[in-house]
Amino acid sequence: MDKKEAAQKLIDIFGDMNFIGVLHSILVESSKYIIIILFAIYTWYCFSVFAGKNKEKKELVYKKQNKIMYTIHFICSLVLFLNSLDVGILLLYLAQLAFLVFVNKAYIYVYQNASKIVLNNMLMLLMIGFVMIERLKQEYAVKQLIFATAICILGLFIPLLIEKFEYFDRFGKAYAILGIALLALVFVIGKSVYGARNWIIIGSFAMQPSEFVKIIYVFFVAAMLAQSTEFANVVKVGMIAAVHVLILVLEKDLGAALIFYITFLAILYVASRKIAYLGLGLGAGSLAAVIAYFLFTHVQTRVIAWQDPWGTIDSAGFQIAQSLFAIGTGGWFGMGLGEGLPTKIPVAESDFIFSAISEELGAFFALCLILVEVSCFIMFVNIALKMKRRFYKLTALGLAIEYIFQVFLTIGGVTKFIPSTGVTLPLVSYGGSSVISTIILFCIIQGMYVLNCREEEKVESEAGR
Amino acid sequence: MRAKQEDRKRNDRLRQKQEEKRRNDRLRQRQENRKRNDRLRQKQQSAGNVNRRKKAEKAEEQMRQKEGRRGNSQILILTYSVVLIFMGMVGYFVYFMVTQSQQVINNPYNKRQEVLAKKVQRGEILSADGKTLAKTVTDKDGTDTRVYPYNKIFCHVVGRTKNSMTGIEKTQCYPLLTSHSNPIKQLTNTFRGEKNKGDTVVTTLDAQLQKTAYNALGSHKGAVVALEPSTGKILAMVSKPAYNPNTVEKNWEQLVKNSDEESALVNRATQGLYPPGSTFKLMTAMEYMIENPDEYQDFRYQCSGSESFSGNVINCYGKERHGRLSLKSALAKSCNGAFAKIGTQLDLTSYRKLTEKFMFNKKLDVDFEYNQSKFSLDKKSDTGEVTQTVIGQGKTMITPLENALITATIANDGVMMKPYVVDYLENDDQKTVTSYEPESQGRIVDEWVAQKMTNLMKAVVTDGTGSSLRSLPYSVAGKTGSAEFDSEGTSHAWFVGFAPADNPKIVVSIVVEGAGTGSQYAVPIARQMFSNYLD
Repeated sequence: MDKKEAAQKLIDIFGDMNFIGVLHSILVESSKYIIIILFAIYTWYCFSVFAGKNKEKKELVYKKQNKIMYTIHFICSLVLFLNSLDVGILLLYLAQLAFLVFVNKAYIYVYQNASKIVLNNMLMLLMIGFVMIERLKQEYAVKQLIFATAICILGLFIPLLIEKFEYFDRFGKAYAILGIALLALVFVIGKSVYGARNWIIIGSFAMQPSEFVKIIYVFFVAAMLAQSTEFANVVKVGMIAAVHVLILVLEKDLGAALIFYITFLAILYVASRKIAYLGLGLGAGSLAAVIAYFLFTHVQTRVIAWQDPWGTIDSAGFQIAQSLFAIGTGGWFGMGLGEGLPTKIPVAESDFIFSAISEELGAFFALCLILVEVSCFIMFVNIALKMKRRFYKLTALGLAIEYIFQVFLTIGGVTKFIPSTGVTLPLVSYGGSSVISTIILFCIIQGMYVLNCREEEKVESEAGR
Repeated sequence: MRAKQEDRKRNDRLRQKQEEKRRNDRLRQRQENRKRNDRLRQKQQSAGNVNRRKKAEKAEEQMRQKEGRRGNSQILILTYSVVLIFMGMVGYFVYFMVTQSQQVINNPYNKRQEVLAKKVQRGEILSADGKTLAKTVTDKDGTDTRVYPYNKIFCHVVGRTKNSMTGIEKTQCYPLLTSHSNPIKQLTNTFRGEKNKGDTVVTTLDAQLQKTAYNALGSHKGAVVALEPSTGKILAMVSKPAYNPNTVEKNWEQLVKNSDEESALVNRATQGLYPPGSTFKLMTAMEYMIENPDEYQDFRYQCSGSESFSGNVINCYGKERHGRLSLKSALAKSCNGAFAKIGTQLDLTSYRKLTEKFMFNKKLDVDFEYNQSKFSLDKKSDTGEVTQTVIGQGKTMITPLENALITATIANDGVMMKPYVVDYLENDDQKTVTSYEPESQGRIVDEWVAQKMTNLMKAVVTDGTGSSLRSLPYSVAGKTGSAEFDSEGTSHAWFVGFAPADNPKIVVSIVVEGAGTGSQYAVPIARQMFSNYLD
């Protein structure tokens, strides 16, 4: 049922009362402006808490952020409902609301002392994803909610897990073996989806191992480099990291390969405190990229599509051209939820969800979304700075870089800032593996921070005695 | 002996005892010393003990903190870099939205016009003199219809929305579907459930001139382009046969079926490729002047109506004998022999370069559909091809638009202006939203060449094939052409020219298909257009 039919049906139900139709159009039209204003305020709050130390004031801001999130969620769901009069949307709304409230309450309880803003942002991004996926493909939204619920319940035990296994940093090589084995498994039983051979499909269950290896991989690099940053050790770790990256390149999962590589460099730089490693690594990476360009046709295709999507609009440039059409036509204020044509963009619900959001909710909203992602990263870094144990520090930093670099790849890709690499927007995009691994990533950083705080308290109380 | 021995033994024992005693004494003393020292040390220790332990703990704590902070400055450097990169991305995103997005979305592959059309009523297209060329009419049921008041007259340049978009309707599709009307008005419209008014596209077209050109072509097939040479504004663009855009949907099958003979759907003005005929002598003359800046005035040729160049015979029109000619009179009389002679003396590489500067074999920077004009001569070409090409026969193919551009460049003292048809966009309160300014394509020939050419072209009207324009109250510069396109000698009638010659306001390029000579069929059309536009 499209918008017009829905409006007509409303008028039919309520008799010949024209104001119902008018009310409907007022709501649908004004909602986009209200949503942008609310989200802008939310974004402002994200950065305002960096300044100032008044704890009570901050608590108040966090509560306001929650209210904004619930309001945006309500408005979006109402618009989606009014545009289709589908009862399923109402049920889904209630389920999503239950999820948001539950996670919000439970995490505050389990993750005491943890960053409230990281939690708020996690829920906000998940909520935006829910709404947008629901608008694009309703059954996907159901799946996404199930995945998110399952992993958030598991996530409640992560602080416990971290506390019990104090010796996470002792299994450096085991992480590497596990990671490489998982990636290599894709070679044997993997399936290609959209050109990249990075999926394992068992029955109706599909997963992307690289999403999970991403986390183990950070453990491996952080553990090994926390022990020693002597040249021999660096070379050894570098070689093993290179094996990861090479497998990913061969699987044509270029986005993941880039993320793995950059993460290694970032951890190495912080662990060794030598800028030379960073410079050398970036240089070698650029060289490798040039070689890859001449070696692999799929790399060339991406670059050509980036340089001139209009000339190759029938083939390689199609995706990126459609993405730019969506963003451009949506304009600053968007077409309104359900009013655009984001379904014309290939894989709009996963890799190109940013374009779909920008088209319907507006470029202002999209800009705020970028800022929220950045504020999330800054909070991660803040946590990494406070960490005392070397392994924790390096892990937190590695995960933070992994997260923000993925955001950069996907948003840069769909806006033609950089060649598109086909990665998801963490938490927002549809995809079980992606959403699960990102929530785990959030939980680990938060969990480590909680543990760090506890250790601090222990030390302080011992010193006080 | 014995006594001596015993004595010695006793002495030995004594000595041993003494030595033992001494040793013991020393030992005792050492022990005592050590004890005393120990005691002393203990005393000292107990005094500095608390201090020292505190110091050690502090150092340990500092070490731990230092350990905890190690790498933090590196983390900060990474963070700043990330923030910087994201600022770049946000900047790029804003830049895209502000400067590029409107152009990007205006693409036939973007299927969102129907979505926009639900909220915005497609704007009007106006002529420069304010006449409505296209508008959208909404009937009682709320159905929109696109109406073209001038029917066939503007069909190619304005285009259509049905059966694949063309013309201005296509290139300005998204601006027409974007509303810049007062935000309050927009809001009330939205709340009332009414559509907003899309922006109006004001073209550079002169409705009166277009009508004149359309009528002047009569029942002939052909095309007319009129430009303002100083700006590149397209004043008129006619192609015949034309179709009625109001009924294009209904008549579509017939229009497509007739495409072979009639091809009314093709815009001949920009897409029709014709041999240029004698109008190409302008190009040949310019190249000759550029190559011989000091001697071209001394050019002399004795025309006997026909001459053979290395076995390739070139005839003048009707084998007319023109007698003794200078460059000026050769152009005025359009003498084929004289120009073939010039052609044999030209540097072909430089000649080709000149044509390409005039955009032959090149893509044009225009926002309407066109075909590239073709020039194929190079230094390997044989005399036969050369002598044909320099008089406008041969393989050269030209669009009426390209011929207009060449003429306009001469009229504009050698500087080519980019041709354009959309002047500005305005909202429903007649406030300008976007304005398109004239753009120079750069200097193509030196000023003296252009001015000299103007003089030569004036002679075409005063003493040559364009003499029927002589009676106009201002001087006209031009060149006729009769381009043969089949072996039977039927030819397309050409005229290119501008007026007033000393202060050019309008350039015309006219082709009448299969009609005959330029002077007979194309020049009268030019006359009507000049009269209409300048009087």
